[in-house]
Amino acid sequence: MFKGQTYAGDSFYEFLRADHPGLLPDWTHMDWTHVSVLHGTTVLAIVCKEGALMAGDRLATEGHQVGTRDLEKVFRIDDSSMMAIAGAAGPAIEMVRMFQLELEHFEKLDGQPLTFEGKANRLSFLLRQNLPAAMQGLVVMPIFAGFDHDKGRGRIYKFDITGGRFREADYYSTGSGGKDARSTLKKIVRHEDLSREEAIHAAIGALLDAADEDRATGGIDVARGIFPTVKLATRSGVEDVKDEELRRVYDAISAERRAA
Amino acid sequence: MSTPFYVSPEQWYQDKAEYARKGIARGRPIVALEYDNGIVMMAENRSATLRKISEIYDRIAFGGVGKLDEYETLRKSGVRYADMRGYSFSREDVAGKSLANEYSNVLGSIFTREMKPLEVEILVVEIKETGSALYQIRYDGSMSDMTHWATIGGDSDKLGDVIRGGWKPGLPLKDAAKLARRALAGSGIGASIDDLDEKTLEIAILDRARKGRTFRRIVAEEAKALLSG
Repeated sequence: MFKGQTYAGDSFYEFLRADHPGLLPDWTHMDWTHVSVLHGTTVLAIVCKEGALMAGDRLATEGHQVGTRDLEKVFRIDDSSMMAIAGAAGPAIEMVRMFQLELEHFEKLDGQPLTFEGKANRLSFLLRQNLPAAMQGLVVMPIFAGFDHDKGRGRIYKFDITGGRFREADYYSTGSGGKDARSTLKKIVRHEDLSREEAIHAAIGALLDAADEDRATGGIDVARGIFPTVKLATRSGVEDVKDEELRRVYDAISAERRAA
Repeated sequence: MSTPFYVSPEQWYQDKAEYARKGIARGRPIVALEYDNGIVMMAENRSATLRKISEIYDRIAFGGVGKLDEYETLRKSGVRYADMRGYSFSREDVAGKSLANEYSNVLGSIFTREMKPLEVEILVVEIKETGSALYQIRYDGSMSDMTHWATIGGDSDKLGDVIRGGWKPGLPLKDAAKLARRALAGSGIGASIDDLDEKTLEIAILDRARKGRTFRRIVAEEAKALLSG
């Protein structure tokens, strides 16, 4: 009804594409494979007793150099869900912003939030939109996790560049050190029985292993006081785990590993 | 050849205004007033799904009375407009004033150009760091900037009298809600005060204590507790 508005549906992305195409990013005009852009490295998600936990180191690489030491790669999307990103940081962070708005926009227009599965499908849709850019080198690898109020438990989805959406029952990790972090996380017997503290312990342990094997994963920078981002989605919302707590967990893990 | 039937512009506008006013007068009113930590909005509404009061953006809420499909379309346009502005600038750059202006333009141009005016009245309210902004937009696009409280819909003048008599700065939420309920009961076209409870009232607040999206509906037990005592 406002001047310039022709789109009448509930999707923010489709609204912009129809009525404000100039606002949407377009990376498809060049080949990015030989350009150094910021790349996010290792992120992970674990299901636990209270819901789901997500963690990521803070490093971003630019080619073989350190791009940023304190990049946030795990984001709160809404009151019950989180998204972690690996791959080309610029398009990935833009995708996070679009995803947050897409869900908020739907909730406001429709009067109720999307289901957990509906949210995962929207992220799948956004990834499909990014496919041309991914083919030219700007690959975005997200993980989506959170507390599903309908099912009453934590859930994790991983994705591929085609927008393929795959449910992971217990844990997942992606990015340059993803495989190393998965090797650590797979040793846990029942992820859904992990307490909050055990889940944080497992996440930090996995990130330290990834940093040990993969040069692009940041680990924990004690000298600068840069700790991984850790978020926990439970029935009551999304919580940021504080640095002080992470420092204690890190000290405990260091002591265990020294003793061994 | 027959002479075309002449209607003076004055007459034409008057007829349209009367038509719109009649439609709006049938609509149940909405009241919005400041309390010590935000704005509370209230309306009589027996439906739990068809809303008169809604969220637009972080600190902005919308109220519409009159024809539901017409104010629904306006509400959705407002959400799209606000989300688009927030995306292209920043969340802090989305202001109630520009949204109210946009509504004023749309209603004004429909009133002058179209056969049928929109039979709606719109309220755009916004909480600021301190104080608030309340814009009332009428069917012809005329806009008023209200202070501390605002009413729209049928018999909104009578409602205003009740609120004028009872409102004072720093009112706690509970007192503000009770005053709003008393005003709605006194409007004459709605239910009596005993029938206005958590089942028949739609209540929402813009809560300054919240970060980010400050809009929140008050329903069920919480609404019952708010209205009791």
